[in-house]
Amino acid sequence: MSKVIEGLLYSESHEWVKVEDGVAVIGVSDYAQAEMGDITYVDLPSEGDEVTAGEEFGALESVKASSELYSPVSGEVVAVNEELEAAPERVNEDAYGAWIIKVRMSDESELEALMDATAYSAIAK
Amino acid sequence: MEKRYKVRTFDDAMDQELKTTCLHDEHLALGAKMSPFAGFDMPIQYSGIIDEHNAVRKAAGVFDVSHMGEILVDGPDAETYVNHIFTNDVRGLEPGHILYGMMCYPDGGVVDDLLVYKEFESGFLLVVNAANIDKDYKWMLDNAEGFQVEIFNDSESWGQLAVQGPASEDAIVRYFGLDELRELEFYTFYDLEDEDGGRIIVSRTGYTGEDGFEVYASPDNIRDMWAALLEDGVKPCGLGCRDTLRFEAGLPLYGDELSPVISPVMAGLSMFCKLDKPEFIGKDALLKQKAEGVARKLVGIELKDNAIPRAGYPVELEDGTEVGVVTTGYHSISLDKSICFALVDSAYSALGSNLFVRIRKRVFPGEVIKKRFYKTNYKK
Repeated sequence: MSKVIEGLLYSESHEWVKVEDGVAVIGVSDYAQAEMGDITYVDLPSEGDEVTAGEEFGALESVKASSELYSPVSGEVVAVNEELEAAPERVNEDAYGAWIIKVRMSDESELEALMDATAYSAIAK
Repeated sequence: MEKRYKVRTFDDAMDQELKTTCLHDEHLALGAKMSPFAGFDMPIQYSGIIDEHNAVRKAAGVFDVSHMGEILVDGPDAETYVNHIFTNDVRGLEPGHILYGMMCYPDGGVVDDLLVYKEFESGFLLVVNAANIDKDYKWMLDNAEGFQVEIFNDSESWGQLAVQGPASEDAIVRYFGLDELRELEFYTFYDLEDEDGGRIIVSRTGYTGEDGFEVYASPDNIRDMWAALLEDGVKPCGLGCRDTLRFEAGLPLYGDELSPVISPVMAGLSMFCKLDKPEFIGKDALLKQKAEGVARKLVGIELKDNAIPRAGYPVELEDGTEVGVVTTGYHSISLDKSICFALVDSAYSALGSNLFVRIRKRVFPGEVIKKRFYKTNYKK
């Protein structure tokens, strides 16, 4: 049974979002990391890149396959978790601690399209 | 209203046709991630691909490979017949010895790659890929005209385990209680007999680049051995790490590196095609390819970045010209670098050639290196 954390928002493509002062901290859910297996590479965007809600911003690679990452919100990438370049396994170890990017949102209303923990729990199993 | 019928979906049809091996219940009990492979519901991983991969490199792992096919050939013309359909040369092959090679089409394309076991009494055992059993069997029957041979698809009778890794010899010796098994040489086999007279074949072969054994036996014997090996500390391994291991060792997978359009000459496997044999199906085409050169060759490419090249990704020159395609690629677990097999225009196949792999939106530089990425540890 994968872990779903209260207070976060979730996308259908299994990213989580934590909102901090207009900035969306984005990672992938525990369900997503468990489905992928051992993650060996994280393809990150650069700071300053623009991302669009629903569009690809990078990828996680497990031994076997690659999975695209989709941004739950639009805006500018203000930070990327460079620690993951050297230690991609952090995503497996702690999916909710291993954030991937932070995005300064251009349209906070996009958050309304995301699921809360209860709704996400229904699909993450 | 009582629901008495359901609409059958495509998924139902697929589920129904999926075969299982004699260890299917064991896989489910271990919580394996299962996936369809070659028409079988097979375990992809148990504890994780990296963990299982490392167990085989450093200790011992056991794979259920009962899906593989076993085809028996016997009769007065068995040797000339096998030599007719097989690229390697079985003339004079001693009983208890094994050869690797291919069955080819007349144009040099590959029907399948396989192992040929020279039986102690008479005839041969051919071990073929699970996905190709029916195709191979038909091909063999279709090409048997004029030969006095009996060809029998015995795949349903046999289960198979691959026990691989530096500690596999000890584990095998402990299980069978036979110290003689230490003497088994690479690409040879012993016939064992169980208490009821049942046949067990133990060969020193494998698909991982490590020392190891493959054991063919009845489903009952296979289940007994599986349980005993796990009890003894041998790690259950799935098809996920079977692929990462064989890839690092430079071994081809039918469908990826060999196919009806990828000949042994293109794949760099000419050493398993004895072109000095009097005849075999595909010989003329392979001779011509050898003499005139082939348009595309299989190479190894090492990337200078950790991005992972996957099957199907394009291989390019610096100016963006597409010159090939990745057939298998990983971030190598044992070597900690991103490497792949790729089929590329022969002009760019020399060691040291600079090639680029397109991964999603970006292009990553790489260099052609030897295909045997990992130094194998066979017992010779």
